[in-house]
Amino acid sequence: MTGVESKPARPLPVAALRWGSVSVRVTRRPLIVSVLLAIAVFAVVVVSSFVGDYPLPAQDVLASLLGNGTTATDFVVLDLRLARALCAVTIGAALGASGAAFQALTRNPLGSPDIIGFTSGAATGALLQILVIGGTSLAIAGGALFGGLASALVVYLLAMGRGAVGYRLVLVGIGLNAFLWAINWYLLISAKLEDAMSAQVWLTGSLNGRSWEQLWPVLVTVLICLPLLMVASRPLGLLEMGDDAARALGVRADRTRVVIVVLAVALAAGATATAGPIAFVALAAPQLAKRLTGSVAVSVLPAALMGALVLTTSDLVAQRLFAPTQLPVGIATGVVGGLYLIWLLLSEWKKGRG
Amino acid sequence: MSAQRIDDPGSSSEDRLRANDVTIGYDARVISRGLTVTIPDNEFTVIIGPNACGKSTLLRSLARMLVPSAGAVLLDGQAISSYPSKEVARRLGLLPQSSVAPDGITVADLVARGRYPHQRLLRQWSRTDEEIVSGALAATNVADLADRPVDELSGGQRQRVWLAMALAQQTPILLLDEPTTYLDIAHQIEMLDLCADLHAEQGRTLVAVLHDLNHACRYATHLIAMRAGAVVATGPPSEIVTAALVEDVFGLACRVIEDPETGTPLIVPLARAALRGPDLQHPDAPPAVPTPLGA
Repeated sequence: MTGVESKPARPLPVAALRWGSVSVRVTRRPLIVSVLLAIAVFAVVVVSSFVGDYPLPAQDVLASLLGNGTTATDFVVLDLRLARALCAVTIGAALGASGAAFQALTRNPLGSPDIIGFTSGAATGALLQILVIGGTSLAIAGGALFGGLASALVVYLLAMGRGAVGYRLVLVGIGLNAFLWAINWYLLISAKLEDAMSAQVWLTGSLNGRSWEQLWPVLVTVLICLPLLMVASRPLGLLEMGDDAARALGVRADRTRVVIVVLAVALAAGATATAGPIAFVALAAPQLAKRLTGSVAVSVLPAALMGALVLTTSDLVAQRLFAPTQLPVGIATGVVGGLYLIWLLLSEWKKGRG
Repeated sequence: MSAQRIDDPGSSSEDRLRANDVTIGYDARVISRGLTVTIPDNEFTVIIGPNACGKSTLLRSLARMLVPSAGAVLLDGQAISSYPSKEVARRLGLLPQSSVAPDGITVADLVARGRYPHQRLLRQWSRTDEEIVSGALAATNVADLADRPVDELSGGQRQRVWLAMALAQQTPILLLDEPTTYLDIAHQIEMLDLCADLHAEQGRTLVAVLHDLNHACRYATHLIAMRAGAVVATGPPSEIVTAALVEDVFGLACRVIEDPETGTPLIVPLARAALRGPDLQHPDAPPAVPTPLGA
């Protein structure tokens, strides 16, 4: 007898909420961080509704937000400002969640859709639509969606096989990324000047002129894919221990990976189709969220909220910094994200993994 | 430890785990062809054999990590591939050779992951889960480390934590792929003692791949000796381990004596001086063929 029962039972440092037979694991810090992030996002959205080129008294804005505005203030506050801010929230959440999934899948902080080629594939699709075929913004979104999915498929098929799937995914993706940007630049320099200019604006990633009609498709995508991704993040976390250990616990490794890739690509493609390839949000948001939550688990929700916060804030700054000139939000996220990427590479390099 | 005795719901007269006429290997390279192996219930089975004899490959296919290109691994009479993945994980556990602990994960969190096959979306952490994880931590003597990060532990502690995770899975059958690799001698013995306790006190069916023949003889209640992808002998160590078998399986000249501690067979390689010239050969080489005179 080894006397297991005789030892004083120490409570395990694993917390859960229980109601009858239902139990849900919660950890305090990620929960608090998520709530605070959600409050911050809400605050930025409210602030975004109050500021803009067209000066409006605060009480008019409030009236519109509460549903008592005039047609004119409703147009400015709801259709221009609020819809755009909600676009930023949704797209930021999509990018953050997608980045969290890819980073967990590749076990690499560089494994985000903009580094491994999905975003540039979407850009190629959109450019072909703008420059070669021509078409409405809906057609451009369709082109981006198709391009993103096609490049994801190519990367996945090339990286598939036995062994370190994640690492190969990053390497193959970086290669495809370079290849696609060569095509993108070729399309740009061989296009007519005015076409090239509008394509260039799209390429920078911008929320200018985004309103309700652009919001709904990406919102529906997020509302479907984000909860599914949160459910799938449990087996995804187990895959981090290696395929054998995860499969021994009953995780279907290959199927989990396919499901995660499909959901994450759908989110990234939806975001890119709506606003163009916005740089670095998918790369930085999951890492920032991870540092705040201090959590080992794959934290899709905190990453999504962080993505929403980063993008809404960046868009507000990009709009107001040189007002009335509106910068594309991609420039703001690019500046901040570029600095972050340098820091990330340096710290990874110091850890000997970069 | 009666509280943690594993129930055996699907038990019948037939043994629960069996490889039936399987052909296994990696890609085009076949390691074993037409192999049939039965894992006796409630025994501590150890698979031994020289490097690259296919012992880990056999274990991996028993654990459904490798799919046989012909034949089938049967669990409770049905092809293991026909079960839902989580259902297999409730009956059969595996301690793989190499697993990665996610950065910064605590011992308790890692061991808690062993409950995954018993959990559902809305039953993520029941009281039963908590009790079983506490029990697994205690059984492997890592309860005091529960909130420490796994990266900070020593090799021996870490291996005990991984074992605790497999125990938390509460499977009647547990497979261990070289559980003592990278451990020093004291920690090897500690690990094997733990396994012997699991077998003796909880009635689990254990299957381990071991490199050390003397450890295998001391701890196994059933041995499977393999060479070149085929099973050469099976049975209790005291019945099957002879100098001739060791010579046959490993190509090693030795004496087999009685272990003064346990009475089990103890393999003592012959001294170099006792060997005549032509027999001084690499253990992996095929048995020497006498050179015809005048050749």
